[in-house]
Amino acid sequence: MIPLSYYLILSAILFACGVAGFLIKRNIITIFLSIELMLNGVNLTFVAFAAQIKSLDGHIFVFFVMVVAAAEAAVGLAIIIAVFRTRETLNVDRVNLLKL
Amino acid sequence: MLAEILFFIFAALCVGGAINLLVQKHPINSALSLIVVMGSLALIYLLLGAEFVAAVQVIVYAGAVMVLFVFVIMLLNAGAEERLSDGSRVATILGVPALIIGMGITAALVSHMAGLDRIAIGGPTVMNGTDVFGNPQAVGHLLFRDYLLPFEVTSILILVAIMGAVVLARREEE
Repeated sequence: MIPLSYYLILSAILFACGVAGFLIKRNIITIFLSIELMLNGVNLTFVAFAAQIKSLDGHIFVFFVMVVAAAEAAVGLAIIIAVFRTRETLNVDRVNLLKL
Repeated sequence: MLAEILFFIFAALCVGGAINLLVQKHPINSALSLIVVMGSLALIYLLLGAEFVAAVQVIVYAGAVMVLFVFVIMLLNAGAEERLSDGSRVATILGVPALIIGMGITAALVSHMAGLDRIAIGGPTVMNGTDVFGNPQAVGHLLFRDYLLPFEVTSILILVAIMGAVVLARREEE
């Protein structure tokens, strides 16, 4: 049997990787992938605590996080496509003005 | 013993994939390493007894969402990332490992102080002779009884997301 803290450490590392990717990456799609990585780290925490307290509510929360992530991916990628149409670039350093 | 071996193998794959996501320059490589992370997480969910969550993780996350990502990367013909702003290289080389290791150590310390490292979890939870914890039947009972209203609200969220995606990605008509 594996201690609960190992799962929490793993999810903290995944979340930290997501934060680091969000900060250092300049490609808007990679930034978006980092957000998904953070969501996965949080999901692991939910499932680990659900296994600890022997309650399925954590699994339901994971489903809602997945639904929100899927909706966010659909809308976010549509925004990325719209940005690419107007700016012809995916680099966030070139997308630093609200007006064209 | 098998659970420990599987956990360490797939935890290492998870961390390796996450670090590869940071190291790779091309978004398609980052997306594929994220698929590795999600697949390994699905197996870790299985170790925790979350069968249905593991299946949904593979089908929805590693399947649908990542296909959407790869599709958009190929549609926009995204190349390797270019760096315009000269960010501090020291911050990248030292700060990122410091952040990752620091978060890991913080989680270890906090869970040690809370006494969570003495609680071993996972393994089968047997009720009435069968392992019911986390199987689709148990999750479905909870989802369609106690969490029926949130479940219905998410359908509205998804409807709004679909319409938003269609409106945003539509080509402007002259």
